[in-house]
Amino acid sequence: MSTYRERIRQALGGKVQFVQGDDACAYGAILAGCTFFAGYPITPATEVAERMSEILPLLGGCYIQMEDEIASLGAIIGASWTGAKVMTATSGPGFSLMQENLGYGIMTETPCVIINVQRSGPSTGQPTLAAYGDMMQARWGTHGDHEIIMLCPSNVQEALDLTIVAFNLAERYRTPVLLFIDGELGHMRERLVIPEDGEFELVDRVRAERRAGYKPFEAGESLVPAFAPFGSGYRTYVTGLTHNEQGLPRTSSAPIHDQLVRRLSDKITTHSDDIVRYEAYHTDDCEIAIVAYGLTARTCRDVVDEGRRRGIKVGMLRLITIWPFPETLVADLAKRVDAMLVPEMNLGQIVHPIREAVEGRCRVKLLAKIGGDLHSPHELLEALEELRCQPR
Amino acid sequence: MRQEIRICGFGGQGVITGAVILGKAAAVYDGKIACQTQSYGPEARGGAASAMVVIADGPIGYPGVHAADVLVAMSQEAFTRYAREVKPECIIIVDPDTVFSWDIPHIVHPVRSTKIAEELGNIVVANIVMLGALTALSKVVSREAILAATLASVPARFKELNRSALEAGLEAGTGQAA
Repeated sequence: MSTYRERIRQALGGKVQFVQGDDACAYGAILAGCTFFAGYPITPATEVAERMSEILPLLGGCYIQMEDEIASLGAIIGASWTGAKVMTATSGPGFSLMQENLGYGIMTETPCVIINVQRSGPSTGQPTLAAYGDMMQARWGTHGDHEIIMLCPSNVQEALDLTIVAFNLAERYRTPVLLFIDGELGHMRERLVIPEDGEFELVDRVRAERRAGYKPFEAGESLVPAFAPFGSGYRTYVTGLTHNEQGLPRTSSAPIHDQLVRRLSDKITTHSDDIVRYEAYHTDDCEIAIVAYGLTARTCRDVVDEGRRRGIKVGMLRLITIWPFPETLVADLAKRVDAMLVPEMNLGQIVHPIREAVEGRCRVKLLAKIGGDLHSPHELLEALEELRCQPR
Repeated sequence: MRQEIRICGFGGQGVITGAVILGKAAAVYDGKIACQTQSYGPEARGGAASAMVVIADGPIGYPGVHAADVLVAMSQEAFTRYAREVKPECIIIVDPDTVFSWDIPHIVHPVRSTKIAEELGNIVVANIVMLGALTALSKVVSREAILAATLASVPARFKELNRSALEAGLEAGTGQAA
């Protein structure tokens, strides 16, 4: 009789594969221990659902095709409360529909992972083409004060690796975690090496240990409450209303609301060292820093190499964690460089928190591009040359 | 070293499948780094289709093709559009039954992939004939790798047909190699 982990290996197939970014997200979820997926197919995210629908039944897991994206996120939140690791996948139009339940997931401290394979908007936009237009929606799409965790891989291997990380962060901080790619990376095929168990960390949410006096939303030093799944004999109330530590609605007390919502924010911001991931490429001595993320960052790496060949002291800060925004990291870099170049596949979204962190300490130039085409190495180099020629 | 390959034609000719097999040959069977992308219209068949493969020894940054080292064109429309985005030494392969005019300074290798596939009994393997010719002419992947990747990518009952198509393409390409 093979173990569950062995059956996962069999279900995923060969160790080295040539697969799409969407496939890699599904594989990462399975490796992380995801046993429940609910979703509504949408280009260019459909392949995530396809892979989950093929693999989960082999492992005794559950795949449900829901009637829409509102229900999809609702279903995984419910499943998460049974103790399962859960995920859904969508694109912009579906992510818009998920905003209500995203807030519910945050307020109820429900671990779950949402993949958004971005396409152009607004509305149904360009279904098959790449964009990064949902970056700010991820931050503020759902109403009310809150923090969110979002990761942005740049290649197929990283899509797998970071999906595992997304699950771990969701479990550790009991909150929805977003993993954003784009239509191009979602459908791009690259070499994927499936990591062995032991080569990656696996985190499970902290479980309640004592039924007597258990309060489902009482948090200790970690600011994350211990979890008791439905059906385990603990008494648990779950509501999107402002609630006390018992989980009971307390909707007219300023101190209770203040304490709860601050704790929900603080549990993310005070752990930003654990959550923030980035890659610094030739930033030690650079005068111009490209600050990039996602698919665009791949091209920027080539451009840093070519820029250096041309004698431009250029480096790249690649943001892997977008939210919580790595403000200190960007602020420290701003002290050392003359200018930052921010290429985005939108009309300028992450450039705003960058400018806020920079506080005028260096020039910040946005290179915005929409319509589905990637930034070409040529246009990035041109922007670099322009920045170099401008007086300080 | 970075090599950019574009396979293009119209939807339904298997240009994307061909590129996926080529990328798999490089990445899984030759142990190189490879990245495959595509562009196509919303139509399942008949629209312009183009698939790109970048093969390199190290990490691949920009995933697209800006100047191809190898171009395989299976329709006039695709040829006309993409023959401009090639390197001066680009190896260009066309199907002369679907690309009629190639007035460019490059050496163009005509390979009658559609006709060869028809003679083998099924027009759908024209893309595999082209993969054979591409391998013989460009050596971007090894013969062993392209065979292994092809056989791993097709249903069992079509393995022999695809093997024959690949061999026919290798032969057609070898005959034209400099």
